[in-house]
Amino acid sequence: MNRPLLLATALTAVAMAAVAAEPARDAIVAAYSQLATSENPAFSGFSAARGERLYLGPHTGGNTETPACATCHTADPRASGRHVKTGRAIEPMAVSVNPRRFTDAVDVEKRFARDCPNVLGRPCTAAEKGDFITFLINR
Amino acid sequence: MHRWLVALIIAMGGAAGAAASGLERVPAVSHPATAKECGECHMAFQPALLPTGSWLRITDGLADHFGEDASLPADLAASIRAYLAANAGRSGDPKVTRITEQSWFAKEHRFRASVWQRPEIKTKSNCLACHPRAEQGDYDDD
Repeated sequence: MNRPLLLATALTAVAMAAVAAEPARDAIVAAYSQLATSENPAFSGFSAARGERLYLGPHTGGNTETPACATCHTADPRASGRHVKTGRAIEPMAVSVNPRRFTDAVDVEKRFARDCPNVLGRPCTAAEKGDFITFLINR
Repeated sequence: MHRWLVALIIAMGGAAGAAASGLERVPAVSHPATAKECGECHMAFQPALLPTGSWLRITDGLADHFGEDASLPADLAASIRAYLAANAGRSGDPKVTRITEQSWFAKEHRFRASVWQRPEIKTKSNCLACHPRAEQGDYDDD
């Protein structure tokens, strides 16, 4: 294969990989949208602004060490975070700098199931999950 | 070298060349699910750092994992449990679940309280704060 053709093939592969991650995320958002409608018939779409408020908090009712998502993930979702108890580094939440975020439905549900009780003291609604992801897709 | 580690290496018959090089090493985590699931919130501690009994207590109690809910789907939890148990260390107190509360840990980490309180350390379980190659099972840097 000649060099320009090799380059073109490589670029196409990269472009396809970048696009390929999105349908998985779109499907996760669509599933939360459907669930949000069944939880609340008046649901009218996700809001990045509501997601940002959820992310920044501070909230009461959860673990006092973690009053907000931002406690561990920092106020800037494009920055790396740090687990408040263990000191473990956490990859950025913003999709713009970490395109792998919100592409594995099982992982996404697992994190919400653990972290919502830690921060809010209760599970998140589907609307909150969609707002949260919408905020981070836009950052 | 830690006495427990010597015992461990002898028991393992010098596996992975650890005995030959004389380094404070334990085999790195070689089970992808363990590396991923345990490694999300803290460094995935190598199975040799705790005896089987400790690992069974930990993996049977993930819903209250040192105060956090670390529950996993049953099949995933079972696979991680089996890996940790099969590769566990030969020494240590099986009733103790914190690595930092095993007696060998205290002997090897006699520091003033002010050292532990350094912001980059945060907690005794943050091996990487002082052992940069801890993730690979290499603690030979102190």
